[in-house]
Amino acid sequence: MAITREETLQVARLARLALTDAEADLLREQLGKLLDYMKQLDRLDTRDVVPTSHAVEMGTPFREDAVRPFGDKEAILKNAPDRAGDFFRVPRIIED
Amino acid sequence: MEFEAVIGLEVHAQLKTESKIFCACSAKFGADPNENTCPVCTGMPGVLPVLNRKAVEYTIRTALATSCEVQRKSVFARKNYFYPDLPKAYQISQYELPIALGGHIDIEADGGTKRIGITRIHMEEDAGKLVHEGEFAGAQASLADLNRCSVPLMEIVSEPDMRTPEEAGAYLRRLHDVLVYLEVCDGNMEEGSFRCDANVSVRPKGQKEFGTKAELKNMNSFRNVEKALEYEIRRQVETIEDGGRVVQETRLWDANAGVTVSMRRKEEAHDYRYFPDPDLLPLVVEDSWVEELRGTIPELPGEKVARLEREYGLPKYDAGILASSRALADFFEASAAIFKGAPKTTANECVHWKDAILAGKLTPETIAHAVEDRENGTISATASKKLVEAVLDTGKPFRRLRDEKGLTQVSDASALDAVVDKVLAASPKEVESYRGGKTGLLSFFVGQVMKESRGKANPKIVQEVLKKKLG
Repeated sequence: MAITREETLQVARLARLALTDAEADLLREQLGKLLDYMKQLDRLDTRDVVPTSHAVEMGTPFREDAVRPFGDKEAILKNAPDRAGDFFRVPRIIED
Repeated sequence: MEFEAVIGLEVHAQLKTESKIFCACSAKFGADPNENTCPVCTGMPGVLPVLNRKAVEYTIRTALATSCEVQRKSVFARKNYFYPDLPKAYQISQYELPIALGGHIDIEADGGTKRIGITRIHMEEDAGKLVHEGEFAGAQASLADLNRCSVPLMEIVSEPDMRTPEEAGAYLRRLHDVLVYLEVCDGNMEEGSFRCDANVSVRPKGQKEFGTKAELKNMNSFRNVEKALEYEIRRQVETIEDGGRVVQETRLWDANAGVTVSMRRKEEAHDYRYFPDPDLLPLVVEDSWVEELRGTIPELPGEKVARLEREYGLPKYDAGILASSRALADFFEASAAIFKGAPKTTANECVHWKDAILAGKLTPETIAHAVEDRENGTISATASKKLVEAVLDTGKPFRRLRDEKGLTQVSDASALDAVVDKVLAASPKEVESYRGGKTGLLSFFVGQVMKESRGKANPKIVQEVLKKKLG
């Protein structure tokens, strides 16, 4: 298999996913198949090919530096599971 | 065994734009919580970031001023991690292909010049701010303010070229002054517009390989950076001398205790899984744009110091103080153009009245007149100082105040005759002693004449008249 069980659990941890043993096995198998499929690309010689970050050949457009307030703070705060005044309230952060 | 330190610095400088880097929210400091937020900077589904042209321009200007190569094509990448101050769960930054590479800054070190390499400059967005609810120890929750999310930053990474905390301090001050000169960053360290992390390791002197480094964070002034490095270098040397090993870790500077403290973070926290941001096409910078911006680079602090020394004959120290602020140096040059006779005195006055000058409370004429009147003996140094203070209080022109207050001094020897005669007549004993050889009494007579003339006599002329009459 292209991916170990430990790697599968690590990827899940980074994505904040709590997996049961059965789910971990299933995902490991599926991820393994994906990686095996991608391995077909190894047959191509890409030594002189510049890595492609985007599919279109153009530069990013710019916006001018002008302020245009969104103007609806309530709409933004409405998404908060918990709030205190105009702050988002989140579980206490112990790090830092 | 003798050790030497190896220091590299990472500076995060906030770009002085009006709006954020990828959306039109205000980038200003100090708004009410979450006032400057929108669906883009809070990471709502389906939104698209669009790059602020000014932020790119400011970064290119910085790259040119530090002799970096501006890259024709650079790529924005996502740096992935979960934290409540980062609503998208990734920070848009640049990773493999930053906008600028390979520059340098020259600093003063050990009486000479030392060149500190700059590895790279890349653009990124800032994260939000967390405050603890209630008392720190009992806090149940943290409060997130996302105003700072997506405020434009550039990160300037140095080569590990510094060997002492003083060199690190000199590099930071010079870089800071360059950014402020360029008007791309306001340089305010307390508000976090200019932040510094330091990588430091030690090795036996003469050894080529680097030792294991620690990363220092949380230093919010130049002095704190120097103090944190001093402490950390001593700690690492002592660890090795005691037979221990330095471990690679992040350490926080505790300014109150004067120590660095390990930040035991979980290992996995550093797996950022960078990849090119599919929402942003590569940043393409045309050569013509770079050349156009090259023409806007002003004289930089190092060049200005050298020119002030050369053109006005100023000592390096004075030139350095004047050049620490573009506005102060400009003010000095304007004053020195109005009265050309004594640039060194003009420089001293500009340094003395620095705060008032930078607050816009004095004009170059005031300083030029103060220096000119003093140099040609019209007023005394004390009167000059009093008059500048009066200008600050009343806003009236220097020379009008001088005439109104009658502070011009008497430099005409014949006009001083009567006063000197009066003083000599009043102190026959001292006159006798002086003539008997106690010439040190001259200053006593000068003092008496100054008192008698209510400070208006020119002390130099008074001395001459006294010597003639007593001799």
